[in-house]
Amino acid sequence: MQQQDLILGNKTMTSEQTHAETVAAPGRAGDRIFRRLTAFFALSILAILLLMIWQMTRESLPSITAFGGKFLTGSEWDAVQEEFGALPFLFGSVISSVLAILLATPLSVATALLITEIVPHRLGSAIASLVELLAAIPSVIYGLWGVLVMAPWLQRSVQPWLVDHFGFLPFFEGAPYGVSMMAGVLILAVMIVPIITAISREVLLAVPRSQREAAVALGATRWEAIRIAVLPYGKSGILGAVILGLGRAIGETMAVTMVIGNTPQISWSLLSPAYTMPSVIANEFAETTAKIHTAALMEIGLILLAVTLLINILARLLIWSVTKGQKQGAA
Amino acid sequence: MLKKILSLTAAGLLALASLASAETLINGAGATFPYPLYSKWFSEYAKIDKSVKFNYQSIGSGGGVKQITAQTVDFGASDAFLTDKELAAAPGKLLHIPTVMGAVVVTYNLPGVPAGLKLKVEDVADIFLGKITKWNDPRIADDNKGVALPDKPIIVVHRSDGSGTTSIFTDFLSGVSGEWKSKVGQGKSVKWPVGLGGKGNEGVAGQIKTTQYTIGYVELAYAFENKLPFATLRNASGSWVVPSIKTTSAAAAAAVKSMPADYRISLVNQPGKDAYPIVGFTWLLVYENQKDPAKGKKLVEFLNWSLHKGQKMASALLYAPLPENVAKMVEKSIKTIK
Repeated sequence: MQQQDLILGNKTMTSEQTHAETVAAPGRAGDRIFRRLTAFFALSILAILLLMIWQMTRESLPSITAFGGKFLTGSEWDAVQEEFGALPFLFGSVISSVLAILLATPLSVATALLITEIVPHRLGSAIASLVELLAAIPSVIYGLWGVLVMAPWLQRSVQPWLVDHFGFLPFFEGAPYGVSMMAGVLILAVMIVPIITAISREVLLAVPRSQREAAVALGATRWEAIRIAVLPYGKSGILGAVILGLGRAIGETMAVTMVIGNTPQISWSLLSPAYTMPSVIANEFAETTAKIHTAALMEIGLILLAVTLLINILARLLIWSVTKGQKQGAA
Repeated sequence: MLKKILSLTAAGLLALASLASAETLINGAGATFPYPLYSKWFSEYAKIDKSVKFNYQSIGSGGGVKQITAQTVDFGASDAFLTDKELAAAPGKLLHIPTVMGAVVVTYNLPGVPAGLKLKVEDVADIFLGKITKWNDPRIADDNKGVALPDKPIIVVHRSDGSGTTSIFTDFLSGVSGEWKSKVGQGKSVKWPVGLGGKGNEGVAGQIKTTQYTIGYVELAYAFENKLPFATLRNASGSWVVPSIKTTSAAAAAAVKSMPADYRISLVNQPGKDAYPIVGFTWLLVYENQKDPAKGKKLVEFLNWSLHKGQKMASALLYAPLPENVAKMVEKSIKTIK
């Protein structure tokens, strides 16, 4: 009680010091409430994540105890014999997402550069909104287009040509089915281009004019100005955009399921069908009744979460090292 | 003015509440395959008995089994019957009530080859095992004299999502091939020896339509509606059978002698010269002892209606109705629901 009085007294004393602070006093209570409220909301997100991890771990316990580490290294997936190994799905998810990123990044960064640096402002924003329109298309539409238009085209034109000319490479061996790892990668690349482009554009727009002007003043051509002044400045931001794209790619379910062929196998050929982690969950979860099967699918979900987390940590580290390099370069 | 609005709203709410209380709501969940027929039944039945309303969610057989076991719904629906273990997990005695039958057809995309390709059931198994790999294999060619079969590899397409269709199809394959039974077995999702996976009937059909030299399986109703070509199969009795509603019903009629009291029977590979070999029941799952007697009574009334009036609506929606003798058996079983 005494202590409280003391604190209160203290407060009145300090607030009496200036007029401005007395006026701000009711605002302080508001500040406090605001701080608690935001903290509550922020923590609730954390709580949801922890609850999800807890629940998924609990549900996947039968599979964790039954298969242990073999779950990660095994490539059998047999619901009838109740034998489960997640490696083909892990492989499919990682390879398809990484290849999609490799394909989409140059495309997106080039588009963003065109919009911000090269064409007039009005044309640039027209292109930008068209690209963003791509992001609004539901993934099932991409999937339908993929399975009805793109996959047959791949099967008839692209893949036979690849087999004829590059069939000696392990990446292009086997029969052309259309639906394949290649189809999955292409559809993913198209789907993540809008995200990477939109964020890269924002990043490039944030590059100060003075950067470009300085480079141009030194006699740089437009390409040189972009290379020495614009890109290094936006490097960490663009990297962040790529990471967000990767996150989207690894979690994408519907479109990939429709074109990747859904065969749990590990093959280096882009022409052979594959399978991803979200796809197998979407495919099999609704119809499972066996406990161990449900648990195995839950564990795949857990692995997916872990992979996403790992990617985010790696991304954070990457961005840190890049920005650190930049500061040293500047100094 | 405000008072008026308030009293009006109150009156409206009261009216709504009284409406809701007069109506018995019966919830169900499960199989997607019979959903078009069930929703037709429920809407027709609502015209006859206005005091009851059915709410059915087609979330898949697995979900239906889970929900009826957890008693979150009043009835479940499944394309596969429950195992003894699953039945034991339920808090009460669950009855299987067969409603209609479905068939699965073998569909393909062979340029220049019309519908009605002839396949022996053993050959279908070997194609899906990856042992017959070419379309002009003598085993296929011998049954199809006069048909120009291409010298092309067979591309197998199967369902990638867990489904009752796959369950019936793999049940059929296990019946005709010992190798299939020991290597792959029967289930809603299995480890396929060869082929590509498509999601849903539409995924399989889409891949078959757009890719030449493919073979796969879809529900009979789906193949009819989408005008997919399907194969004529040689059944266990050695006769060639074209899949149709009639030959589907014939399979159940042939099975009536061996029909167990709980209807947990697979209808694949039934003897009889008209019996199509890839056929299965779809069931409603109902507790024998109903928690709410009023609801139970309404449910029994509906089941009786579906067995008589309801069966007549099945063919139009491409489901095979229960044969007379099976319907009589089911009628007795429904009476046991308390």
